[in-house]
Amino acid sequence: MTPVAALFYGFGALAVLAALGMVSNVRNTVASAMSLVVTMVSLAVIYVLLEAHLVAAIQIMVYAGAIVVLFLFVVMLLNLRSDEFGPARQPLLKWAAGGLGLFVLVRFLRGLEAFPEAPAPPDGFGGYRMLGIALYTDYVLLVEMASLLLTAAIVGALILAKRKID
Amino acid sequence: MVPIEHVVGLSAILFAIGVVGALTRRNVVVVLMSIELMLNAVNLAFVGFNRLAPAGAEGANLDGQVFVLMVITVAAAEVAVGLAIVISMFRNRDSIDLDEVSLLKW
Repeated sequence: MTPVAALFYGFGALAVLAALGMVSNVRNTVASAMSLVVTMVSLAVIYVLLEAHLVAAIQIMVYAGAIVVLFLFVVMLLNLRSDEFGPARQPLLKWAAGGLGLFVLVRFLRGLEAFPEAPAPPDGFGGYRMLGIALYTDYVLLVEMASLLLTAAIVGALILAKRKID
Repeated sequence: MVPIEHVVGLSAILFAIGVVGALTRRNVVVVLMSIELMLNAVNLAFVGFNRLAPAGAEGANLDGQVFVLMVITVAAAEVAVGLAIVISMFRNRDSIDLDEVSLLKW
């Protein structure tokens, strides 16, 4: 097994285990958020293996940094009692959700076919230069729309979280 | 190099875990985290498929990675608004249990 394959399977297994821990942890929401960080960082390592270096850096900065910190902030702001949540909802719904998850998984995996071997990427593939050129030439409209969306989201979040609207 | 079908398989496993988490948990914050997990699974599939076709007609083909950046942007906006809704729900109802929120239930 090559080092790249070993790293991929190791961090892939770590991502799946951390995701399972996040979903199955019913007592402690902070521990769930920490498991989510482990999943995000493992995925960032896999992105590096797939030659997506800038995406990996942004994954760590935005997801493992900003988004999970926001989750932790809200969890601590709400100050929930740990016994407030039972294991899950009604058993029937639990089984139905498990069945649906299994169906999704099997459907996806059965739809998979053998893809051709990935060719060698050009020089600088996935670096900031190539991705920046793509973003500001072909996808410049998308970038502008993303900035508008972020502004609207920040304003909306402020208004929603405000105690009273004057 | 790892076969791309293994990358997509890992993505499918993470997506299925996210589906189960979003449907079974009662804590709104954990449901939002499961949705983040599903978005991450989709991002992994995007990056894997982009690796399959790295070169286009003119130079590099980075469409998949550009869309990953867009998904991350939308996820950040979604988390900001979603957590603000959670805070305002906690203020009004003193609980973030999903089963307690039945005002719109028919």
